[in-house]
Amino acid sequence: MKYSAYAMPNLPTPGNCVTINPDICTGCCRCVEVCIMDVLIPNPEKKGPPIILYPDECYYDGCCVEECRESGAITLNHPLMQRVRWKRKDTGEHFRV
Amino acid sequence: MSTFFESFSQHGESSLKWPYPIKYGEETELTTDVLVLGGGPAGCMAAISAAKRGLSVIVADKSHSKRAGGGSGVDHWVNCPNPASPVTAEEAIEWEVNSYGGYANALSRYIAARESYDTLLEIEEMGGKIRDLNDEFKGAPFRDEKTKFLYAYDYKNNITIRIWGTTFKPAMYKRCKKLGVKMLNRLLVTSLLTEDGRQGERVVGATGLNTRTGEFFIMKAKAVINCMSFAEGNWLFSSELTGLPYFHPNIICDGPAIAWNAGAEFTMMEKSSPAPAPGYQLPSYGSGNPKNTWYPATMVDAQGKIIPWVDGKGNPINDVSERTLPAEGQKYFGDRSLHPDHRYSHLVDDLETRIRNGEYMLPLYADLTDMPDHERRVIWGMMVGEEGRTKVPVYDTYTAAGFDPKKDLLQSYYMLGGEPFPGMWQHETVPYFRGRGPFASPGGLVTDWNLQTNLEGLFAAGNALYAGNYYSHAAATGRYAGRKAAEYALTSSDSVIDRDQVTAEKNRVLAPAQLKSGMDWKELRAGLCRVMQQYCGEIKNENLLNLGLIWLKDIRENILPNVYAHNPHMLGRVIESFNLLDGNELIINSCLARRASSKHLGFTRQEYQEMDPPDWHAFVTTSQKNGQITSDKLSLDYSNPISLNYERHNSDYKGYLSH
Ligand code: SF4
Ligand code: SF4
Repeated sequence: MKYSAYAMPNLPTPGNCVTINPDICTGCCRCVEVCIMDVLIPNPEKKGPPIILYPDECYYDGCCVEECRESGAITLNHPLMQRVRWKRKDTGEHFRV
Repeated sequence: MSTFFESFSQHGESSLKWPYPIKYGEETELTTDVLVLGGGPAGCMAAISAAKRGLSVIVADKSHSKRAGGGSGVDHWVNCPNPASPVTAEEAIEWEVNSYGGYANALSRYIAARESYDTLLEIEEMGGKIRDLNDEFKGAPFRDEKTKFLYAYDYKNNITIRIWGTTFKPAMYKRCKKLGVKMLNRLLVTSLLTEDGRQGERVVGATGLNTRTGEFFIMKAKAVINCMSFAEGNWLFSSELTGLPYFHPNIICDGPAIAWNAGAEFTMMEKSSPAPAPGYQLPSYGSGNPKNTWYPATMVDAQGKIIPWVDGKGNPINDVSERTLPAEGQKYFGDRSLHPDHRYSHLVDDLETRIRNGEYMLPLYADLTDMPDHERRVIWGMMVGEEGRTKVPVYDTYTAAGFDPKKDLLQSYYMLGGEPFPGMWQHETVPYFRGRGPFASPGGLVTDWNLQTNLEGLFAAGNALYAGNYYSHAAATGRYAGRKAAEYALTSSDSVIDRDQVTAEKNRVLAPAQLKSGMDWKELRAGLCRVMQQYCGEIKNENLLNLGLIWLKDIRENILPNVYAHNPHMLGRVIESFNLLDGNELIINSCLARRASSKHLGFTRQEYQEMDPPDWHAFVTTSQKNGQITSDKLSLDYSNPISLNYERHNSDYKGYLSH
């Protein structure tokens, strides 16, 4: 097992408001264009997936996801403390987002 | 591979390079007939109205107008007299005037009541979906079979229409583009320009900062429309979860601040109400509840026991269908009204006590499983799906995780007035944080029947108006303001920009970009909010408010010069924070101007124990001229006789309700 360590400040939380799948994302930047808070920026590499620069400013409205034309390229992640639970009426089992 | 850390690991130093061209110091000068500030529903509709008159139009928005302001959706078109409703425009404004003790904007509400149906049809014509054309709800009691409109809340009076609001903003944006409106996105408006650069004079344009490039914009216009919403960020800020305030993270205080600095007149800015702590809500409409988007969902306790409902007058009701009918003697349901003539059916009023006594065990759940099929499908799938922030964040995300409304009970995290599940609306919330939130009809700009402010050339619409609120009101008043601003622009003389005013503003705006270190915008924002929490909370007095002003002056003189920005995005956040400081001063000065307490305004002055004494039962207005703050009183019924006044100003308007 290889360990690594970096001198890093604490990152803002939540830090992963969206997940971008680099295998599907074409780097078209439609999401970057419309993001209502300008959370995302283009990748330094052409056609690379956008970078989440300001995750702390995300409004979790999902407009970036609505704009994306590549199904599954970008998904919204609710912060852990905002994940809601539900109960199956018949069985009483519990689930969550 | 999308977080900054990952990018840094891969690209090293080049990931620190700002991705957009840097244009600090550069300027673009633009000239237009009508300049619309803010690209939400009010701004887009205003632009469309003005462009249809053949005028040149610019829309400036700090976000992106396709999705800014209600861009993720809206589910209800409220206060909308229409062919299937017996409620008249005159009656439609009553509930709010009654519910808020007269502190409502009868003028703009009446305009919206007269024209919101026309506005809706115009949005349909642009491509917005407003009817159940696929007959998904055929036969449902809330459907008008002829027009295929779906109604909400009150199935007898049909004053609220259910809509597919995710389609609205993209349709408006497309129409603006088609009409040749110049859409300037990522342009934060920083100030209004006035004739000779003097406060209180005619408004002749505005300045803006591009928050990607840092470029400075000077926009000269014959008419300017402020559609930049209200003051929302004054008490509420979480430095970690910046994007999760109570209402909308883009609504801070920009619109009020620039208008206040130019000399515009405000009212009701002293109003505030309890608000939940910022940053810690659950996904909007993403937890079980029986209100608003989820109306009239069945609620059960942890053991499956159904929580009983009562009608708007407190009489027990049994059947689901009764929840959507007014009580005997009630006129119609008014949005979130607590007034007995207009209150919705709701869960029993003593639910909190019954929970504390153990009659209903926590947690509670929303149970759609046994509801009539049409109610379940319209709540989960249309309302949750079309309302803002529900399509991707709730409907898609929960569905992908396996939530099935036919089988599952969604947990509720509200309903108790305190821990662990506080209330959902202001009147159920434990204070400390305060807000001016959208559901409390907050203060804002005063206008005449042309929606023109006291400043010539400056119009206002939507939530920029005092006691604004509601998407339908924003769209209808925006459409109206665009029409009136166009008429003004067609006859007004050319405007002249004062270069000294521009230079001073440019220097102010760009100063933080010249510093490499100092205080960051988040610390400033949190500090400004703390001043309001401590000196402008529920209980106020003159000395306390003045201490707040001293603190703000200190921050302005000693802290502001040290606030820095590493890039244009951060610079935008800094300027927003400066706007917050101006807005805080506007609010505190408005609080000082009302020398009486008012229950209706959530306003307690210790020196004035009597609530709402008759001589203060009036609007108090505040404005600045030459740096001096003045205040005045305005009678609560100043817009009467309402329909006559409307007719006088709109004799040539043809719409559904034209007489
Ligand atoms: S819109 Fe979709 S495909 Fe385009 S950059 Fe964003 S995530 Fe990638
Ligand atoms: S959810 Fe909204 S704020 Fe967050 S990244 Fe997407 S568009 Fe931007």
